[in-house]
Amino acid sequence: MAENKKKIIGERTPMPLQDPQVRAGNFEEVALGYTREQALIEAGRCLQCKKPTCQDGCPVNIDIRWFIACLVDDDLEGAFNAIRRTNSLPAVCGRVCPQETQCEGNCILGKKHQPVAIGRLERYVADTYAAKSPCEEVTDLAACALEREGLKVACIGSGPSSLTVAGYLAGRGIKVDVFEALHEPGGVLIYGIPEFRLPKSVVASELDGLRRLGVTFHTNWVGGKTITIQDLFDQDYNAVFIGVGAGLPRFLNVPGENLVGVFSANEYLTRVNLGRAYDFPNYDTPSYKARRVVVLGAGNVAMDAARTALRMGAEEVSIVYRRSEDEMPARREEIEHAVEEGVKIRCLCGPMTFHGDDQGRLEAMTVQKMALGEPDESGRCSPVCLEGETERIPCDMAIIAVGTRPNPILLEATPDLGLNKWGYVEADPETGETSISNVFAGGDIVTGAATVISAMGAGRRAAKEIAKRLL
Amino acid sequence: MSYKILKKEELIPGQTTMLVIDAPQIAQKAKPGNFVMLRVNEHGERIPLTIADCDAKNGTITIIYLVVGKTTAEMNTLKEGDGFADVCGPLGKPTHIEKTGTVVCVGGGTGIAAMHHIAKGHVEAGNRVIAVIGARSKNLLLFCSELSALCPEVRIATDDGTEGHKGFVTEVLQDLLETEDDVAEVVAIGPVPMMEAVCRVTKPFGTKTTVSLNSIMVDGIGMCGACRCTVGGKTLFACVDGPEFDGQKVDFDELKARLRQFTEQEAESTEMFSKECRCHGGE
Repeated sequence: MAENKKKIIGERTPMPLQDPQVRAGNFEEVALGYTREQALIEAGRCLQCKKPTCQDGCPVNIDIRWFIACLVDDDLEGAFNAIRRTNSLPAVCGRVCPQETQCEGNCILGKKHQPVAIGRLERYVADTYAAKSPCEEVTDLAACALEREGLKVACIGSGPSSLTVAGYLAGRGIKVDVFEALHEPGGVLIYGIPEFRLPKSVVASELDGLRRLGVTFHTNWVGGKTITIQDLFDQDYNAVFIGVGAGLPRFLNVPGENLVGVFSANEYLTRVNLGRAYDFPNYDTPSYKARRVVVLGAGNVAMDAARTALRMGAEEVSIVYRRSEDEMPARREEIEHAVEEGVKIRCLCGPMTFHGDDQGRLEAMTVQKMALGEPDESGRCSPVCLEGETERIPCDMAIIAVGTRPNPILLEATPDLGLNKWGYVEADPETGETSISNVFAGGDIVTGAATVISAMGAGRRAAKEIAKRLL
Repeated sequence: MSYKILKKEELIPGQTTMLVIDAPQIAQKAKPGNFVMLRVNEHGERIPLTIADCDAKNGTITIIYLVVGKTTAEMNTLKEGDGFADVCGPLGKPTHIEKTGTVVCVGGGTGIAAMHHIAKGHVEAGNRVIAVIGARSKNLLLFCSELSALCPEVRIATDDGTEGHKGFVTEVLQDLLETEDDVAEVVAIGPVPMMEAVCRVTKPFGTKTTVSLNSIMVDGIGMCGACRCTVGGKTLFACVDGPEFDGQKVDFDELKARLRQFTEQEAESTEMFSKECRCHGGE
């Protein structure tokens, strides 16, 4: 302890990044990852607290202190195994988790200094281990994957929550089949998060890890259409996990919203990411061509859409947001990256009307100027209209990124499934079990749009309960 | 899943093709009005196509398409035994079919195929189905014999008068509505201007009119909102709320504008594909 107190705390090791001017013109990853030296220096900043509060802040409860201790000893394999024990997607989480509010937000160092860059270290461990020891990884995992005769679980949807369930159960010898409606597994990791923030190769290698554990992915199967929950029980699945995500995009309900050129962030990002529209016409999926783009909303999805639009060749991209920059829900780092790349932020502007030309194509929008009022239920200052103060912004594309609502397909096909007053699936917070026995749910279809890691946390709780019942 | 093409028939050479595809899990569940999203290959675009028929016993679905752009041109190069990268479905709400009496099913162009599946459903439900089909010319009419076998009455309209009434299906429909007094519903599937015109004809009669919207879709499962349309002043998604809607409430002008969204890129794709075909010695 005495030694710890004397320890000299260095500055947090910066993450090497692609130059903003260069990266705004390509889809390569923005954050380049730590070198070994950088990782060791950063790991050395950890105080190895007796009561590691960082771990409490992690929705999947990674033994952070231990993995960093392994890293300090240059034991990469030990560090990797420590993470993998509770997290089946470390390379993903190291990139997209909001660490500042979770592990790093709880780091003791953060009180006086900058917290340990836990996310960056997690990414370093996952990437380096996968690059260095793919063979050992294969043999290791194959050796422990013994199948329990006759036990099988179905996951509907293949996003972070289902992948976590699959990893947990497959690691315990239970056969898992994952049913995905789209043509590629990965859910939001594939269609939603852009290549420059989460390369598809990283998702692919995590999926391969699960396949080696015996998980089977069935693409083009729509839960509630191609297969119902009853069908799955008829086919002798012991339990079903619903991880279908939040679903339908929300719109603003303002005039002109269905004009040509107004898109949901889901459509825009799905075209570019899943459909590889950035490589059109080598890939057939097109994306709308635009010079001046406005993005409505200020969450991570809005930042992704704005930065994607820049990379797709837009000359001017602005984020239009009703409140001030302090209230923006996106991760600070993502906002900074977007601004560095040239995205303009227009705060205290609420969307009023979209205007079209005689062909029904968007040519401008009018925004209402706002001021900040008293804090609302969310604790954030509420926007108040400044009557009569409006501004017309010329634009030929608008991307609406204001959230989602539940997708009706599986819910309509499963009338017994209990829903809450917002239409999301009701699930026991401890076990994830729904109103139907042995049917579990987790992720955005239970909570509404949230983060990758919180969906994984829900998947983990459900998987534990499923394993407890089956084994 | 193989999604193999078991049978290919060019109904109208170079223009309209029928494929029977091996897709047992879809065939098990498909109902009239449903559609599939399919992708030709790894580089392909997801496109929606109506299920024109299905055979649960043999595990097949039938689709019919018109060659309009790159994807459909590429589909036309596939042979029996080839497979699609992906076929996903059945999607959309099935047609609402109940025993109501007389139902007039209007089909135009390739839409006749989708209309055929719905007409079949209505016949099976015990309705008297009058089919009204139209095309530019006699040789472009689809499913004449199939519909004749199914429906007590098939009325035809061609633009050039080579078969049946010379003129539009709407004129035939107008006639029908004036003479038949117990038409419970009109179902119209075909080009947007045709569906819009049908709604104009039925409006004064107050006859329930159902149209099937062919909006642009990306995922087909409610995720993207590309297919949104205004129906009765509300924004609905063709993929999960439709594709069939009350025609009197649909904003057709908006639909037409939204269908033109990617015209420029589609032309670029198609041009590149036709060049490629020539380089590789294809037709």
